[in-house]
Amino acid sequence: MTILLSLRGVSKRFGGLQALSKITFDLPQGQILGLIGPNGAGKTTLFNAINGVFPATGGHIIFRDKDVTHFKPYELAKMGMARTHQIVRPLNELSVRENIMVGACFGHENQDISNAAKIADEVMEFVGLMVRADQLAGSLNVAQKKRLEMARALAAHPVLLLLDEVLAGLNSSEIDNMIQTVLKIREQGITIIMIEHLMKAVMNVSDRIVVLDYGMQIAEGSPEAIVNDPKVIEAYLGDPRLAERLLEEE
Amino acid sequence: MKRWLHPGFWLVFVLVVILGLWPIFLKNAATREVGFTILLAITMAVSLNIIMGYTGYVSFGHVVFYGLGGYVGMYLLNSMDASLPVAVLGGGAAAGLLAFLLGKAILRLRGAYFALVTIGVNEAMRTFISNFKPFGGPTGIELQFSIYKPYGGPAQALWLTYYAVAAISIFAVVFSYFVKSSKFGLGLMSIREDEDAAEVLGIVTPDVKTMAFVFSAILPGMLGVLFFFKNGNVEPRDAFRLGFSIESLVMIMLGGQGTLLGPVIGALGYQRLRGLLLTSNLMIGSWALKDFQLVISGILMLLIILFIPSGLIGWLKQRIPALRRVLL
Repeated sequence: MTILLSLRGVSKRFGGLQALSKITFDLPQGQILGLIGPNGAGKTTLFNAINGVFPATGGHIIFRDKDVTHFKPYELAKMGMARTHQIVRPLNELSVRENIMVGACFGHENQDISNAAKIADEVMEFVGLMVRADQLAGSLNVAQKKRLEMARALAAHPVLLLLDEVLAGLNSSEIDNMIQTVLKIREQGITIIMIEHLMKAVMNVSDRIVVLDYGMQIAEGSPEAIVNDPKVIEAYLGDPRLAERLLEEE
Repeated sequence: MKRWLHPGFWLVFVLVVILGLWPIFLKNAATREVGFTILLAITMAVSLNIIMGYTGYVSFGHVVFYGLGGYVGMYLLNSMDASLPVAVLGGGAAAGLLAFLLGKAILRLRGAYFALVTIGVNEAMRTFISNFKPFGGPTGIELQFSIYKPYGGPAQALWLTYYAVAAISIFAVVFSYFVKSSKFGLGLMSIREDEDAAEVLGIVTPDVKTMAFVFSAILPGMLGVLFFFKNGNVEPRDAFRLGFSIESLVMIMLGGQGTLLGPVIGALGYQRLRGLLLTSNLMIGSWALKDFQLVISGILMLLIILFIPSGLIGWLKQRIPALRRVLL
């Protein structure tokens, strides 16, 4: 089992704020890693550090056996990393097809424009955006924009896909659709890290889960182990034994 | 290739070819002068559109490339005894080189900051040239009459510069379409829409932006040489005239930035209007209005930004969906 991505004590500091401290985990090829934690825990910051948008201020990130800690986002994209954004970032004045072609043209495989158009058609079929192909990306609704984000990332034929809350803001049938899509992506052999708040989804699709709270890694393990971890329960619900402890102290 | 069959491209191409050939068929010097200004404006606007319309970086002091190219070309003609084609290529190369160096330095600025710096660069270049002895300092470079001899005398040289500008403007339009429909152009437009997202998608933004800036600078540099060769002399005030930069911006916005046809239509429309204003001798009482076309261009820019920010072509495409396939 080869390790595709490995984080060694990754830290990120914004001025006086320690946004991430010493995050360490390995991600084997072909797995889905769930990244969870309360709001403000540093999940998206970790994504930004991994894909070079805001480089880590400490530790090392090793991707495909290379230290990529200070690589630029476009260098990582060429190496086969792709991501979606939590707050969607469509290229509004370009059509849906053109948006997806950008991913194929400039990402991992550096396709020329006619191949990119073919790949865009395949990917649109896959995520169900074919009927919108010639519409401007700015005119899509939220669920469609989330699919577009995903399609654009997939068009690069990445080896590692970072999914930042692709389910947020979707209704339940859209969520079921999206989960099916994620599982199909994994079947293609693409390794995935997904940030997700929706527990049902994370627990069902993840092979392993990492939990962040206040920038610290408080737990790591299989979904079953995570749901029973007292630290995780505390982070989400507060200390379940707090009342008892206070009574004892009386 | 399929992309060369697009009707939108042929529409623009035929329009510019007709504009270029029209004075040649009439064999009329006055028509030629009108044609010269129009083709010059079209090439300026089409070039500026590559960095402004496709990439989304407003180069406010774009005339710096025109001025520097003109100066370098005039220097080559006057002091180095270079032929006109060599001077024109030299002017283009100088402009391209300046754009490359500038691009590395200032293209990391975004939005208004970039626009402001380009104005500063133009002013700095004008001051520098005004004090630069080899380029004649404040009085500039004046060509000897004998320079025109190899081209069949001054009258024939005027026609020659016209042919050259016509050829360059046709090339500009073809090149602009080539950029717009290429993978490189797709990268530029992604940067315009969302530069951070473009980086994440794998576009090497610093290189791509610099290249776009160089592409938008070379033809203005060549035009500068032709214009000042025809003029017979070049001075810092004429070469680095910020008003010309602003007029080019207005032309693009009038027609529609980021479109192929827009800058051509905008330049044509604006130059016709400017010609009317320059020749109609507007007076308020006994007070003659000087440079009145700049007042009009200011008002036009305001109206466009307020009411049709996408310009004439952009507006037509929004209003009439059938035109979307035809207009580029």
